[in-house]
Formats: sequence, structure tokens, C-alpha cells
Amino acid sequence: MPELYHQTIAELSAALEAGSLSSVALTEAVIARTAAVEAKVQAFIHYDAEDALTQARASDERRAAGKALGPLEGIPLGIKDILAVEGQPLRCASKILDNFVSPYDATVIAKLRAAGAVLWGRLNMDEFAMGSSTENSAYVTTANPWDLERIPGGSSGGSAAALAAGEAIATIGTDTGGSIRQPAALCGVVGMKPTYGLVSRYGLVAFASSLDQAGPMSRTVEDAAILLQAMLGKDPLDSTSIAMPEVPDFRAELKTRKGPWKLGVPREFLAEGIDPEVKANIEAAIDWYRQQGSEIVDISLPHTHLSVPVYYIIATAEASSNLARFDGVRYGHRSAEANDALSLFTKSRGEGFGDEVKRRIILGTYVLSSGYYDAYYLRAQKVRTLIRRDFETAFEQVDAILSPTSPTPAFKRGERSDDPLAMYLSDIYTIAVNLAGLPALSLPSGLTSEGLPIGLQVIGKAFGEADLFAVAHAFEQAHDYHRQVAAI
Amino acid sequence: MTDNAHLDIDYVARLARIELNDAEKKKLGGQLVAILEHFEALKGVDVSEVEPTAHAHPVENIWREGDSAGSVYAPETLAKMAPESRDQQVVVPKVVE
Amino acid sequence: MEYDVVIGLEIHVQLKTRTKMFTAAPYHYGAEPNTLTDAVVLGLPGTLPVLNHAAIEACAKLGLMLGCEIAEVCKWDRKNYFYPDSPKNYQLTQNEEPLCLGGRVEIELPGPSRNVQGEHRTVRLNRIHLEEDPGKLSHEAFDTVIDFNRAGVPLAEIVTEPDLHSSEEAVAFLNALIQLIHYAGVSDCDMEKGQLRCDANVSLKPAGSEQLGTRTEMKNLNSISNVRAAIEYEIARQADLLDAGESITQETRRWNAEKGTSSSLRSKEEAHDYRYFPDPDLMPVRLVRARVAEMEAGLPERPFDKQRRFQEELGLPYTITSVLCPDPELSAFFEAALAVHHAPKAIANYIANDLLRELSASAAHGESALSITDCPLTPAHIAELAKLIEAGVITKQIGKEVFAAMYASGELPAAIVEKEGLEQSDNSDEVETLCREAIAGNAKAVAQFKEGNDKALNALKGPVMKATKGQANPATLDAILRKLIESEG
Ligand SMILES: [Mg+2]
Ligand SMILES: [Zn+2]
Repeated sequence: MPELYHQTIAELSAALEAGSLSSVALTEAVIARTAAVEAKVQAFIHYDAEDALTQARASDERRAAGKALGPLEGIPLGIKDILAVEGQPLRCASKILDNFVSPYDATVIAKLRAAGAVLWGRLNMDEFAMGSSTENSAYVTTANPWDLERIPGGSSGGSAAALAAGEAIATIGTDTGGSIRQPAALCGVVGMKPTYGLVSRYGLVAFASSLDQAGPMSRTVEDAAILLQAMLGKDPLDSTSIAMPEVPDFRAELKTRKGPWKLGVPREFLAEGIDPEVKANIEAAIDWYRQQGSEIVDISLPHTHLSVPVYYIIATAEASSNLARFDGVRYGHRSAEANDALSLFTKSRGEGFGDEVKRRIILGTYVLSSGYYDAYYLRAQKVRTLIRRDFETAFEQVDAILSPTSPTPAFKRGERSDDPLAMYLSDIYTIAVNLAGLPALSLPSGLTSEGLPIGLQVIGKAFGEADLFAVAHAFEQAHDYHRQVAAI
Repeated sequence: MTDNAHLDIDYVARLARIELNDAEKKKLGGQLVAILEHFEALKGVDVSEVEPTAHAHPVENIWREGDSAGSVYAPETLAKMAPESRDQQVVVPKVVE
Repeated sequence: MEYDVVIGLEIHVQLKTRTKMFTAAPYHYGAEPNTLTDAVVLGLPGTLPVLNHAAIEACAKLGLMLGCEIAEVCKWDRKNYFYPDSPKNYQLTQNEEPLCLGGRVEIELPGPSRNVQGEHRTVRLNRIHLEEDPGKLSHEAFDTVIDFNRAGVPLAEIVTEPDLHSSEEAVAFLNALIQLIHYAGVSDCDMEKGQLRCDANVSLKPAGSEQLGTRTEMKNLNSISNVRAAIEYEIARQADLLDAGESITQETRRWNAEKGTSSSLRSKEEAHDYRYFPDPDLMPVRLVRARVAEMEAGLPERPFDKQRRFQEELGLPYTITSVLCPDPELSAFFEAALAVHHAPKAIANYIANDLLRELSASAAHGESALSITDCPLTPAHIAELAKLIEAGVITKQIGKEVFAAMYASGELPAAIVEKEGLEQSDNSDEVETLCREAIAGNAKAVAQFKEGNDKALNALKGPVMKATKGQANPATLDAILRKLIESEG
């Protein structure tokens, strides 16, 4: 049996239910593990062991009183520093939100509380979720537990690294262009981005409103299914949230929905810029599905090569407006040198934002500015329609689409920090999914010769989460990649 | 598409209300021009018959019915989070109109 | 040189919903600072707007009242600009697809005198869109303080075509607009409370010229008299510049009501680049046609239509209708009284004269007159009083006394008449005796009457009325006097 802190929600909830484990004991194990490895991993921006233990005690009391709330009861979850938790710091890894404590709960957080979870710590990320390496944090530099010299991916790098290092049983991340799936792939865990609208964005600090979704990061597909079940639901506080017509029992259907499936492989995704080991890995995965009787369909997503420019226009434009509220007036950082209304804004923001955030705000401001809107923003929104249609056409033929999650395994820290474009291009397989609003999941599919995790991405139909989980679960259970643990 | 030589970093930084020092301007200016060049790929796509996507899964008429009052924050909530406050109001440097 | 003046107005009206446009925080004027906020109002990280359906309904009703076409679909845009009163540093508004399109407002220009109806014209509207109000800045000695109570209150922005040509027309437009909004019941339009704010765009061109001149925009005119003064000042300022051969700078100007002058706020070059784009957090609104038709059918009669009807069908004079019609409550009061007893002229007179006089007299010193909704009388009081006079139960003169008594006590007129014994006397013997005394005592009047001066009879009626304390039936009195004088030969 693995150590407690490396077990799954499914295993631990069974132990908790059987009475062989208490939430306090489990939480203590996670706290102790964190104390042991956090100096190396630096996955957290903030945690409060006492607070977590208080929640764990409350969970044990509920259970003793016969009022256990479900499979998440008593399970310590790490939360990305972008989701509002009442009474906890909410900084989005930015100096501009230094000292900000949220006075309210995000809807997903309220749902996780209602499911009995122990909300454990604030996980590191790229500032305001802008990045693919978690190097853009104003607080700490998170390492990849598989190789401490390497980045954990991003922007939910803290969420992926904490999970891989055993510092949480599962974590919550957010995904605007791959920010759950890419770090999950690079840290050897499961990361799932739901259909846009399935999970409420209320309390998720907006980066790009039309793309952002919160989702689960876990050791197994089954755990992701358990978490998503608790997180989803139409929210009266989020006008973009959507009610699934009939919510399946994801965990039960994992086991009942068995292939064979029709699986699409977009030829554009395997064309260029892909690491040879990653390419060999995805080909092996495709072969496995074929051997299991699934039909592999060669499909085309002819506009996906435009995903990067479309994404960076839409995401930065929305971000430039979303991040305007960080101005030093009502909360957050205010420059000591502010002496009039203009310098209050320019100096507070100049001091408070890091380089990548400034870069994206400036870019987004530019593409919306007078004379450029039609050429950039409006055109990008139209090409976005073409990208959505590509997927719609593909899903007329297939049940799910397979691709690598990231074109390369984790790279060394600092390697791409001076070349934003190269960094942007590493999101090539994930961002089209956000533009189309589809669900997708990354699961471990092996290690490179250097021992670095590789992720397999499965893309599903809108609101087709149950099939998505089933396709991923079948591969996972036939392999033991999810059981491999970073030696740290 | 547009002429990228016209990226006036001072103008855009002012619109965005971000103070940049000269080194930042220089570095950012160069990076942005490279990124904008990458955006040129969109230029060749025929979008004349295409509707823009504003929402991934658009629905209509999402609203709150009833117009009945929800809860409010005590003024101290704001006063506590604000960098400067006086008599439950947020204080900023004198705004000259 | 002679110039044609071209004026367009933009009017922001706070809609009277209980809660804010995009969150359930309540709003009312005059609350302690920052007591009407929540996470959404303050623009806290992670918060999202949710549309208040009541704001859509109120704005659609306003649009219908103003003759607008209600859009099939309206959408939300972000207007990006930084200002300390703006919690998100963008305003949710409707730039591309507003709720109401076009529209027209009938206005009445000042007549040759207050008692004479002026010319009517139509001012076209461009659109009405919905948006959110920012918070409120107060400038103190060394800094500025912010109250976010007002932030997020629904605003309807009414944009006219450049159809106005003088300060008088602008004022006439605002008066007509305020009446229409009052009738629609969607705002109180109290300019002192910021419920209605006006921006004026003014330009001049040589008389008869087709080419529009450069315009300036005057911001935040917060009373009707400021609107008038600021426009007049701006017309004169631009005319002076043009006369001197100088050009007009396109700019935004601020009116200083104390000094009676305006000054430049910012020029066009510094004008905002608002970077409008569709708001990704809010979904489009499709205006259901059946609901729009239902709202349209339920609209109140417009005040000028009512005025025409009162004049044409009820025979009321302009002097009375111009008092009754601008105020929806007053005209409703009148019509309610009419429904009890159909005596239009008498009832209109009681309301427009006696009732309004009492209402202003009973207002506390320095306060404005009480409104009809605070009135101690019901329409039935007025109707019953008119009916008592018409039926000859009391005289007009006694009616005045009864009015004062019922205003003071709230009792119905019939009860007062009975209690005080004010019924018109039918004792013609007494009246005849008094008439004989009057004829004997005023030979001059009798002679004048005989010579054909009918009015001379009034001099004889007076003493009889006085002696009967007004209770003589005027018709009986008239008949007796004529009979007695005739029989005298
Ligand atoms: Mg305007
Ligand atoms: Zn406006």
C-alpha cells in the first residue's frame, strides 16, 4: 500500500468510511509530508495547518454523528490561489493582491465545503494564471517533483506539483488554455478541464472569462470523476454556467461505459514541433486503443494551427479588461508614491504586476484599441467560430479525440522565460479545446527515457464528460503509469 | 491587417494605466512586435461569412427575477480591505476633474 | 453673423428598481456611505454580474413610452476606462445592440404667455441603452473619498438626435421627458438626487448652412436651470469665437453653476479610447414579442394626449389642463373624481385651484408643496362636493366653506353640510321679504336695470345673499327680483 498521502480519494474515503482512518490522521499525514518536502517543491503560497485540522475534526465529528457528506468527506484538497475561499488569502500569485483576504467563497469552494472536503492551503501558480511554467509567481518558484530543476508546468503548477509530491490528496486548478492539463501531464497526474459552463466561475478570479474553467486534478480518473461530480452545477451567480440536462453518476459510469469507441486523431497535431519521445508515446497509446477494438479515425482540425494567435488575442483582450479592477483603490497594493488619480493607477499597477501580466495587459489593450479592434479582436472571434466548427465536424464521426497534452515533457527552469512566443506555442494542443469550450482530460501515459512524465489528452464532446472519463479510465486501468510516484 | 510599426507603447501603456520604465518599454515593445507578427496568420482566413463567437455555449435571457434585496457588506468590510479609508469611505489622492 | 444652433442631449436616468443592475444589493438614496455594497458592487476579484430582469422591464417600458422600437435582441459591452469611482474600471453598457432604438418625444415650446398654449414639435431619439452607475466621489480639502452605494444602480441613457435649436427647446424637451418618465413610473427624476443627469452637445453653423459645425459636450448639468444657462453660455461663447474668425475646439466642457461659466475638461485628442468589446460574462437578452406587446398595451396615456383629450372631450381650458396633465397623480386624481361624478369643469377647478392652493399652504415653511399622494382628500370628496352644488343642495359660495372644512377634517362634504346645516335655504318668503327691502333701498340700481343694464341686478342680490349667509338659491333669488321689479311697473 502506498503511503496515506499518495493514496486516492476512492481508497481513502473507503478507509474513512470503514473507520480505519480519521480525517484528522489523514490531514496530519498530509501536513507532515508537506513539512518534509515543501522546501524542495514549494507548491504552496500559503497554508494553515491549524485551520486544516479544525476542518478535519469537524469532518470526523460529522462522520461520528452519521452525517458524512459523501466521498470527499474529510479529504484534504489543495486549492489554486485563484479561487476565493472565505477568510483565506486570495493573491493569484500576484503582489498586487498582497494582503488580500477573500470575504466570500467561490461557488465551487462552497460546493466542496458542502461535500465535506478539508480546504488545505493556497497553491502556487503563474501570476493571474498567465503562463505555462509557474515561473511567473511573485511568491515562490515551484519545482517539478520528478526533477527539481524543471518546471511543473502551468499555470496550475502548484496544484500539479503538490499532488505529485503527496502534499494533497487532490487539488483544484483552473484552465484557460491548458493550465490544468499541461501541468498534470508534466507532473504525472490526472487533470481535467470541464465543458465551459459546467462549473461555476463565480469566485474564480477571471483571466479570460470566455475560456476559464475550474477543474479537478487527481491521481486517477475515478478521483477526477468524484471531484467533478461535487463541483458542477448551474449557478445563479454565473450567467455563463449551464445545467447539464441529466447529470450522470460519473464514478458509476466509468465502469459501465466500456468501449470500443471511435477515436479521432487529428493529423495536424502530430505534424511538427513534437518531441520524438512524446510522439512515440502517443502512438503507443493509439495502438493500445486500436488493439482494444476501438476504431481510430484520421481526422482534420484545419483551423487549429490558428489557435495560438486566436487564443492570445481573445485571452489578452479579456484579461486587459478583467485585470483593470486591480487599481490600488479598494483593495490590494497601492503605490506609496501615488499622489494623484493617474499615478495611483499607473504606479500601483506598474509595481504590482509582474512582467508576463504587464505584457499580456499591454497586448490585450492594444488589440482592443481604436483602429485595431476589427483587425484583431473581431477577426479572432470569427476564427474562433471556425475552430469550434472543426470540432463539431470531427465529433460527427468520433466519440473522443486523442492527442498529446504537451509537445514536450517538462523543460528546465528559465529555459523559455525570455521567449514568450516559444512559451505560448507550448500550449498548442490544449488551447483549441478552450476556444471550442469542450471538456478534455490529461492522464499519465508513461515516462521519457529521462524519467519525465508524459500526458495523453482525451478531448470529449460538449457535456460528454461521462464518455471522456470512461475512455481515459480504460487506458489508465490497463496501465500502471498512475501508480508511478516521483522519487523525492 | 494593420501596420505593426504603429504599436505606440507609451499610448497603450497609458491606456492600460501601467507605468513602465524605459528598459521595460524597450523589451516589451520588441516582444510585442514579434507576437503581433505571429498574429498575421489570421490575415489570410476568409471570415466574411462567419459570425464571431462571444460565448462558447450561448444561451439567452439569463437573469435574476424578483428584484428582491440580497445581503450587503457592513461598511467595515470595505474599510478594512481598502489601502486607505476614513469614516467608512475609501480615500484616494485628490481627484482633479 | 447669424447662426443656426444644433443641440443634442444625452440624459442618464436612474431606474427605480429595488436592487442593482447586476447584483441583489439594494439601493435607495441617502443611505450611510458604503452600506449598500456587496462583493459584486465592489468589483472584488472573482465576482460576476447577473442581470436584474426588473431593469430590463423598466427600460423597455420607458422605451415604449418614448415611442422607441424595442430591439429583438440586446447585448452587453464593456466600456473600458479608469476612474476611481468605477469598481471594475469598466462600465457594463450597451454599445452595439441597445435595448431601445429610435423614439420620439413631443414637446411644447413656451407660448406667448403662461396661459396660452405654445407650439408643439417632435424631437427624435437615437436610442436608449442600459448601463450601470459608478460610485460617488466627494472632494475634500486634501483628498477625495469614495462612496460605492450608487455603484451598479441601473441607468437608462437616452440619446436624442441633434433636433434641438435653443436652450428653450432643450428645457421644453427635458420637461416633456420628465413627464413621460413620471407617467411610465420608472424613475422619480429628482435631479438634486442625481436621478436624472443631462449632458448637452452644442454646435453652431452659419444660418442656412447644411454643414454641421464642431460640437462641444457639456457634462453633468444637474438642474433644469443649469441646462438652460450652460447652453446659452455655450451658444454665446461659440458665436463670439466664430465672429472673431476663430475655430471651435471639439472638447468636453464642465459647467460651473456658481460662476455661470464653463471650462474645458479635455480635448478630443485626450478623449477616451474606450476599447468596447462584448462582455463575456453576460448573455444576450431576447425581448419576447408577446411581452413587449403586453407592455405596450398596458402603457399609460401620454401627457400631451391626455391634455388634448381633456380639452377636446371635456372642454377644459388650457390653463387648467396645463396644471392637471403634467403630473400623472394629479390627472389620475381628477379622472378618479370624474368617475364618481361626471362634472369635469367643476372638479377640474376644485383640483387645479382650491386643492393645489391648500396643498402648498399646508407644506411646512420652506418645503415644496405637498404632493397629491399626501392629500387628506380622496377623489370622492371632490366629486361629492361638485355634485352637492350641481344638485342645488349648497351654493357655490358655501362650497368654498365646505371645501376648507373637509380639507381640515377629512370628512365627506355631505356629512359636513348636514352637521353644519349648510343646505341651501328654500324659504322664498324670507327671500322675497329681503328682496323687497333691497329694491326699496337701492333705487339707482333698480333704475339702471330698467334701462336695460342686467348687471345692475347683482347690486340687489348682494345684500340678500349676505343676509341669508349665502343660503339663498341664486336662481330663485334672480327670479324673485325680476318679478318684483316688473310688477312695480
Ligand atoms: Mg454617453
Ligand atoms: Zn452613459
